[in-house]
Amino acid sequence: MDQPIKKGRFGLHGGQYVPETLMNELLKLEQAYTQAMEDAEFRQELNSLLTKYAGRPSLLYHAKKMSADLGGPQIYLKREDLNHTGSHKINNVLGQVLLAKRMGKTRVIAETGAGQHGVATATAAALLDLACVIFMGKEDVERQLLNVYRMELLGATVIPVTTGTMTLKDAVNETMREWTRRVEDTLYVLGSVMGPHPFPTMVRDFQSVIGSETRAQILKETGSLPVAVLACVGGGSNAMGMFYPFIQDEGVRLIGCEAAGQGIETEKHAATIAKGSLGVFHGMKSYFCQDEYGQIAPVYSISAGLDYPGIGPEHAHLYDSGRGEYRPVTDEEAVQAFEYLARTEGIICAIESAHAVAQLMKMAKEFSAQDSVVICLSGRGDKDVAAIARYRGRNIYE
Amino acid sequence: MNRIAKTFEANRPFIGFITGGDPSVAKTEEFILEMIAGGADVIEIGIPFSDPIAEGPVIQEANLRALGNGANVDKLFAMVASLRLKTQTPLLFMTYLNPVFRYGYERFFSRCQECGLDGIIIPDLPYEERQEVEEVASRYGIILISMVAPTSKDRIKQIVEQAQGFIYTVSSMGVTGVRSNLDGSIGELVESIKKETQVPVAVGFGISNPQQARAVAEFADGIIVGSALVKIVAAHGEKAGLLLRQYVQAMKEAMAAAASRQ
Repeated sequence: MDQPIKKGRFGLHGGQYVPETLMNELLKLEQAYTQAMEDAEFRQELNSLLTKYAGRPSLLYHAKKMSADLGGPQIYLKREDLNHTGSHKINNVLGQVLLAKRMGKTRVIAETGAGQHGVATATAAALLDLACVIFMGKEDVERQLLNVYRMELLGATVIPVTTGTMTLKDAVNETMREWTRRVEDTLYVLGSVMGPHPFPTMVRDFQSVIGSETRAQILKETGSLPVAVLACVGGGSNAMGMFYPFIQDEGVRLIGCEAAGQGIETEKHAATIAKGSLGVFHGMKSYFCQDEYGQIAPVYSISAGLDYPGIGPEHAHLYDSGRGEYRPVTDEEAVQAFEYLARTEGIICAIESAHAVAQLMKMAKEFSAQDSVVICLSGRGDKDVAAIARYRGRNIYE
Repeated sequence: MNRIAKTFEANRPFIGFITGGDPSVAKTEEFILEMIAGGADVIEIGIPFSDPIAEGPVIQEANLRALGNGANVDKLFAMVASLRLKTQTPLLFMTYLNPVFRYGYERFFSRCQECGLDGIIIPDLPYEERQEVEEVASRYGIILISMVAPTSKDRIKQIVEQAQGFIYTVSSMGVTGVRSNLDGSIGELVESIKKETQVPVAVGFGISNPQQARAVAEFADGIIVGSALVKIVAAHGEKAGLLLRQYVQAMKEAMAAAASRQ
């Protein structure tokens, strides 16, 4: 189940549903990626950037106070928030931007929701001397002004997207359109395990460093594997990176936490697995929030990074096969977890990651004190502080 | 012989695109009849989609207007059935795959056949994914149009092997929309396609004025115009009918002035 059955397929899901204009470029990208991964020099260069620039390996932290307080398992936090640029996004971006350079590209483009992937892409482009243009929904630009300024500081151009719902999905649409205008010198650095093949596989591989490190770290610390790993899921890149090295370990539950916004019984959510249906969009077959005529639904979450109407195809397959579990977590639950983690462990995590923390808080009693569980803390929460304050009625603006 | 093949045999067709349901389904039907009265040989009806990734701003906005006005696939099927009682002009759907997928391939293509539709263009269904609908479309006699782009290069041969009806050649990089200058290499692209196939080659993306129509008609078997027509609808709304007819007439005259294919 870990390898696509057919090229770029995960069970039913995946594929390459894109305009013909992009097809040759996707084939070239797949070939370049395969060759790069077989090239010891490329892997060494990437590894060197991950360790000497991004700060890997990231810590696996035993959250003892939280473990004792919740009265469930031993909780370990995989600290992707401590990476350079403050989230797991840098893992994938260093890989893809290095690949762009190897392919002779001089320019990268990317979509961003919360701004984390945009900041990471702008960072890697600055380091590796490539021009960089970031597409960001106008609504997200307003929600994440500091990240916009960060990207500009890093030398990137940020283009606010004013079409559709002006959020992440529209930013993806516009980045794809831009790529069809300019494939010759440009690589689309996709930020999640989504889109047409080879992106879901390539991004998963670049993010797998999360799970590989976690597996080795927990074995070293506890002598056994965790009973569960949890991660938030929008497109699903930190979750896929965490899950992938554990897929063969049948005793390890893989739990993805999706954004239920104001509740899955309302229309204001982004819970693709709980409420979505099979469809074809953004180059892939997977589950999407959509209406009976296949129009993509407007989605909602307090978290800009999870505010996406689809999910990566490999997650869809993990769900179909029963190997992965996917649970909806509301805004309110995530905000409570955000505050709880700050108070209890002194860690302000991203509101995206707080969805995974919240899910464990809900299910802690299912585990015993001998069990260990890992939560992927995919990003840090500085970017969310003002929004959480406003959610709690304090009128703070960035 | 199907209606599309007959049309290409009879002359060099003008293929006009319009977004279904903009500003209303009833108006779209009227606009299509006006375009046919102006000389349009094939009509391409866009099924509006929330996220049309291959479209420029003009058609994106038309999609949103149509959806906002309640257009959906069922209403467009009814419109095609009504048109089929009034005209024998080939009618095609242009749609992203998801609306077709959600409707159910079997149900969608059987409705196409019942209503008298001739073919379908799906811009996010490249050669690699064609098998997704190819069998069911052909079982209901619906022609699945193949697309070739300036980046297709060595893919042209495999793409045209599957082609039926005509080959939709994308004139330039990027999304749909009016372009003041067409890419000069489009003639070479058409020539390289023609080396591989007898299937007629039509050119679309960016063609908006009679000069361009005439220039492209010198080497292409048909021309496809979308954004320029949709712009007329955007500007004139319900009163666009006569202007659409006059626009098509002017484009047809320019095409007739192009050197004969022989």
